[in-house]
Amino acid sequence: MNEPPARVRVTGPPRRRTPLARTREVDAETPLGALYLGSLLREQLWLAARTLATLVLGLGVLPVLFVLAPGLTDVQVLGLPLAWLLLGVLAYPFLVLLGWRYLRRAERNEDAFVELMEAGRGPGPAPRRGGRR
Amino acid sequence: MRPDLDAAPGIIALVLVSVATLAIGTYGLRFSRTTSDFMVASRTVRPRMNASAISGEYLSAASFLGVAGLLLTFGADMLWYPVGWTAGYLVLLTLVAAPLRRSGAYTLPDFAEARLDSQTVRRACSLLVVGIGWLYLLPQFQGAGITLASAVGGPTWLGSLVVASVVLVNVISGGMRSITLVQAFQYWLKLTALLVPAAVLLVVWSGDGRPGAGPDAVHAGASRSLSWSSPLAESGSMGLYLTYSLIIATFLGTMGLPHVVVRFYTNPDGRAARRTTLVVLVLIGVFYMVPPVYGALGRVYAAELAASGRSDALVLELPRLMLPGLGGDLLTGLVVGGAFAAFLSTSSGLAIAVAGVLSQDVTGRAYAGRRLGGVAAFRVGAVLAVVVPAVVSLSESEVGVATTVGLAFAVSASTFCPLLLLGIWWRGLTAAGAVAGLAAGGLGSGLAAVLTLFPGWADGWVEILLRRPAAWSVPLSFLVMVAVSRATRRSAPLHVRRFMVRLHTPEVVDLDRG
Repeated sequence: MNEPPARVRVTGPPRRRTPLARTREVDAETPLGALYLGSLLREQLWLAARTLATLVLGLGVLPVLFVLAPGLTDVQVLGLPLAWLLLGVLAYPFLVLLGWRYLRRAERNEDAFVELMEAGRGPGPAPRRGGRR
Repeated sequence: MRPDLDAAPGIIALVLVSVATLAIGTYGLRFSRTTSDFMVASRTVRPRMNASAISGEYLSAASFLGVAGLLLTFGADMLWYPVGWTAGYLVLLTLVAAPLRRSGAYTLPDFAEARLDSQTVRRACSLLVVGIGWLYLLPQFQGAGITLASAVGGPTWLGSLVVASVVLVNVISGGMRSITLVQAFQYWLKLTALLVPAAVLLVVWSGDGRPGAGPDAVHAGASRSLSWSSPLAESGSMGLYLTYSLIIATFLGTMGLPHVVVRFYTNPDGRAARRTTLVVLVLIGVFYMVPPVYGALGRVYAAELAASGRSDALVLELPRLMLPGLGGDLLTGLVVGGAFAAFLSTSSGLAIAVAGVLSQDVTGRAYAGRRLGGVAAFRVGAVLAVVVPAVVSLSESEVGVATTVGLAFAVSASTFCPLLLLGIWWRGLTAAGAVAGLAAGGLGSGLAAVLTLFPGWADGWVEILLRRPAAWSVPLSFLVMVAVSRATRRSAPLHVRRFMVRLHTPEVVDLDRG
């Protein structure tokens, strides 16, 4: 008689705990929650850095430029000295444009974060909608 | 001169602006009932209204009168002032606006305390808010005195007294809610008062056959070695340093001005705070395109003002110089009204900010077992906030208006800018680091400026470095803050991660914000 093969216990990998709502991950300061928050922070900071870098490139280099090329002082555009046109008129639409682009992208980043948080809503305490837009 | 007749349009404009300001303030009073109403208008101000109010508050006499005068005297390098004052809002928008609103604090000291959990940092910030506020109020009152003396006649102290009284009555009666309306009204008043005369004067200039600057228009600043069309203060590396230091002070100083920051708490949420800032950028950008017109026309028609050192009066006197008769009188009335509105709105905003801090940290405290209520404490704080600089402005008038305003920006950039940026974006900031950085930046920039007020003992590079300290004092403050925070890493507040959630996540997400 053949002995039946010894029983082998078959187990799966240890079962994960029930997934938390993503907002609870952030609340509980789990590594995953920290990752969510960190990615939002990095996105926003990187966006701000790019905006301000454009500001520096657009306006901040002007003094150096006028030192390197003193001839620019005498250039006239539309009857105005170049420096007056750049700093007296064009600087302002430039600033508003940068601000507008920043605002749109910053809100988009936040919308993505909201979506991320709400897409992963699992079991957990019923969310209370706090705050207003 | 016909002083009695000349004064008429100015006096009428002055009375009208004061009456309108007080009337709108009284209208607002009907809605101001709670402490929250007084301090942050219960956070119900919509972006467009709030942006008008912020702009109305921000455009001080330095913007309304000073820029045109500086342009007349020194030329294009002075364009950096208005550009920097506007760009400051872009920096504010990208790095500070939304998180600051989301922090949920009333004032800068509140923010510092909430972030760092430390009474010491709170006190250091209160001290700085009151210091910067008084520093900024002083030239407003002084400038008002000088302006009214030149536009209306009468002694200099009278103008300071009038502005101080109107501000005090307004702030005490209505607080922030009524002030929001008043400030919004004053932005549009100031824009009209500057834009309409500029347009008329441009037409006059065209009618005259578009004359260029006469031979006597050669700039009065004899020491200047560069032409009027250069965006640099002086030639060589010193000019480069001066220009960049000015850029740093204005770009980074705006976010720390107490009367600017306090406005962000009146937004309903972080997104509204951002949108408000963008509208502000538009509003003050439009405004700042106008003063160069006065500067350029002044070069043609009023060169003697620069020569005689009275260039600050350019905006007030140009209409009559170019347009004799009734037209000139009407325009003069308009610009005097605008200038007066500029003094009133900036001083009111500063008084509110300083009064808010004083009422929380000084007048609202219990003394000998007795304690003032919230609104009463705010009112006593307002009296202190206004009376102290008003008295100083009466007694001593040697300090130049532009010097003091520049000093306020440099101190703000060297203290609150590092505190806000590191507090918002870097988890590693500690209370000890913040205090050390505030002390280093504040003492450095403050000391440099005080030494500048007594000229003659330094020259060359030393004088240049002291005249515009921001380029070294701002990095110094950042460095000290980071270095000391690193050294005291263990004392970092425990709730910092939770606080970051509060600062950076949109309010609609349901999260625990501490």
